[in-house]
Amino acid sequence: MTKLDAKIPEGSLAEKWTKYRSSVSLVNPANKRNLEVVIVGSGLAGASAAASLAELGYKVKVFCFQDSPRRAHSIAAQGGINAAKNYQNDGDSIFRLFYDTIKGGDYRAREANVHRLAEVSGNIIDQCVAQGVPFAREYGGLLSNRSFGGTQVQRTFYAAGQTGQQLLLGAYSALQRQVGMGNVQLYARHEMLDVVVVDGKARGIIARNLVSGELERHFGHAVLLCTGGYGNVFYLSTNAMGSNVTAAWKAHKKGAFFANPCYTQIHPTCIPVSGDHQSKLTLMSESLRNDGRIWVPKKKDDPRKANEIPEDERDYYLERRYPAFGNLVPRDIASRAAKERCDAGYGVGASKMAVYLDFAAAIIRYGKAEANKRNLHQVSDEEIQALGKEVVKEKYGNLFDMYKQITGEDPYEQPMRIYPAVHYTMGGLWVDYNLMTTVPGLYALGEANFSDHGANRLGASALMQGLADGYFVIPYTIGAYLASEIRTPALSTDSEAFVNAEKAVQEQIDKLMSIKGTKSVDYFHKKLGLIMWNKCGMARNEEGLKMAIAEIQELRKEFWSDVRIPGEANNLNPELEKAGRVADFLELGELMCKDALERNESCGGHFREEYQTEDGEALRDDENFAYVAAWEYLSESKFELHKEELKFENIKIAQRSYK
Amino acid sequence: MEGNLNLTLKIWRQKNAQTAGKFETYQVSGISEDMSFLEMIDVLNNRLIEEGDDPVAFDHDCREGICGMCSMYINGRPHGPNKGVTTCQLHMRSFQDGQTITIEPWRAEAFPVIKDLVVNRSAFDRIIAAGGFISVNTGNAQDANSLPIPKDHADDAFAAAACIGCGACVAACKNASAMLFTSAKISQLALLPQGQAERAKRAEAMVAQMDEEGFGACSNTGACEAECPKGISLENIARMNREYFSAVFTSK
Repeated sequence: MTKLDAKIPEGSLAEKWTKYRSSVSLVNPANKRNLEVVIVGSGLAGASAAASLAELGYKVKVFCFQDSPRRAHSIAAQGGINAAKNYQNDGDSIFRLFYDTIKGGDYRAREANVHRLAEVSGNIIDQCVAQGVPFAREYGGLLSNRSFGGTQVQRTFYAAGQTGQQLLLGAYSALQRQVGMGNVQLYARHEMLDVVVVDGKARGIIARNLVSGELERHFGHAVLLCTGGYGNVFYLSTNAMGSNVTAAWKAHKKGAFFANPCYTQIHPTCIPVSGDHQSKLTLMSESLRNDGRIWVPKKKDDPRKANEIPEDERDYYLERRYPAFGNLVPRDIASRAAKERCDAGYGVGASKMAVYLDFAAAIIRYGKAEANKRNLHQVSDEEIQALGKEVVKEKYGNLFDMYKQITGEDPYEQPMRIYPAVHYTMGGLWVDYNLMTTVPGLYALGEANFSDHGANRLGASALMQGLADGYFVIPYTIGAYLASEIRTPALSTDSEAFVNAEKAVQEQIDKLMSIKGTKSVDYFHKKLGLIMWNKCGMARNEEGLKMAIAEIQELRKEFWSDVRIPGEANNLNPELEKAGRVADFLELGELMCKDALERNESCGGHFREEYQTEDGEALRDDENFAYVAAWEYLSESKFELHKEELKFENIKIAQRSYK
Repeated sequence: MEGNLNLTLKIWRQKNAQTAGKFETYQVSGISEDMSFLEMIDVLNNRLIEEGDDPVAFDHDCREGICGMCSMYINGRPHGPNKGVTTCQLHMRSFQDGQTITIEPWRAEAFPVIKDLVVNRSAFDRIIAAGGFISVNTGNAQDANSLPIPKDHADDAFAAAACIGCGACVAACKNASAMLFTSAKISQLALLPQGQAERAKRAEAMVAQMDEEGFGACSNTGACEAECPKGISLENIARMNREYFSAVFTSK
């Protein structure tokens, strides 16, 4: 029935990775020098893989569309990175991190991959500290931890609200070190526009030099796509403006299966939309839910300001519905609960599409604790407030500043207004245990693959996965493939496959430039985003999805006949870049809806309105849908479904409860 | 029409590095004060596209003040009038109806213009490649908590590491010096025990690369610190000078 072989090693769960690492084929150092690896994307996964593979001796080329590898959107991750160090002595372990991740993913992730992730999580922290990443520390000089959603231990390491920045700069430094040593060739302002497949194996890429517009051919014995997620299919998301699916989609059209495309994560705490001009949405880190309490007024359409509403007229709905986890329930649950309250008419702010995230109680709690620490007695309420605000500022200062900058409101004085927004995509290219896609020699790492987060990712696990894949998985698993490639000489880029691939890319560019229609790329992107948000967003149903598919097909036709791209193709042309990306989103969107339509259950971020429990929770159907949906591209609008059955041998699969 | 700000924009237009540039004047109207500065440029660009003109090219990506890609010189100041804010986080409520806003690219010999407001900042990558790292291959690390680091040292290192590499310091400096950028990385690593082994070599190599790239010298005016969107302190430059001179005096 299926062509999928996940290549999960034999043996007990806890021993699989250790045994596999000790038996996987090796490539000797002399041969490594002759093996070339193309890496697309320079975020946590790409930069860490590039640095690690170059350290091992492989010849590496790195491509990024930004002006520097340091700009990759991993930089914007705020809250933290998980690791099963158990430094807090609060009962954490590799198994517990594994368990929380599988459960958090609503039992739709592959056990063996997730356990490996938990196993290497501790090594990541060690490596980053050795690189000089300035994690937050306690007064005793040891590392500090906090909690994130879906867990009851403190296993999240952080650097204020800029953890992604610090981790990426660590990986970027390691990468630049290899660039300086000549082991990595860097191609910034380059965008990959196709994979070159020769005799069924990935052998390189076609990239466009974004400054000169020239197309370039680059050979690699293997190609690693570390190109992030596809949240920008929704137009508005917390992704960077340039984040796109193009590399993954081109790979998909060249034979790489796309897995679980409908699993998208809507993050509960983002700054609400302020108007039609909105170009992107800004996240307020999940870490804020350690101290912030989420509420709405108990009265519908309450006109009062937040501070005028007395305590007993507030509905702390997460604490009410989920007493065991309270404000720290996983993201999918918190998002749906916010939507439910707003749809029912309890929303706040001008648009009524927001809920409060309130720090008043935390400020007082911290203020009192600080007064005790400093041995202050008979402290006034104002002094307590001031002391508490200092503590909150140290923990979340940059987030509070950002909120104030964007909204013009001061979150130290009034609660934040927040609403869910598209943030992360759990789906991605299907990969086996080695992180190889269905195209031999083509790998997908980090958010670009589908493997570890099931139907919902837990907070602070994206950074962990990106770095696990790059630092500690691919350096081993790539040997399984490259060991058999040592006799393959570097292919000439004048060969037919390269020439033809370049020609096809050139034709698409020429076609886009020649339409000379009447509407901007953004016009189409915004329209697509609205279709996706309304019909394939936080809640989906059969009728809506069917409509969405028809609407996307129609919009795609209109795009290809009426888009206007100014300027020339042989020069820096951001509109042309965007057009290529939106063209791919217009195909991906359709597949996402088809996947959502096919999955007749609710799980994690995929909530089908037809499938819910009496109290509105997601209702899984493990009998019929405990599989990974991996889609093969056949032709336009035609995809074939392959299923990878998920076996849970180490966890008892159960209705997910955070009550 | 989402708002009521009407503005005159004088924007630097330059086709490519080989062509001379000049200012063009544009009018925009109906700008909302809730828009970010870049969203205001989006409005202009959409109009230019509809009218068949070439939109203004500018660098931007995360639009949340952390990637360091946006780089506009607004009314004579990198990232515009507000302290501690990147262009993408600058909102139109900071401007008044009827105002004229002049927008230029970063100006520095080491940052050549690519097109309009887009410049080439790859010199920064080469400075980091020269020594802005700790040489620790993947897998070499010991347990993270085996090396306690006093909280204030870690905090100071973090403050230096907060640099986003946008280049505002260079754009602000009359000498187009990259001392604040370079010193931030040197400081971060010099403040941490992990950075000690390569301390001298790092300072020498990074300063040499900085000079080679054509950045100017520092004359202590402090414009870099004043305009840095991330509050990187001038103390870093003092620390870099100490690091550099002690390295030069002790080098073989």
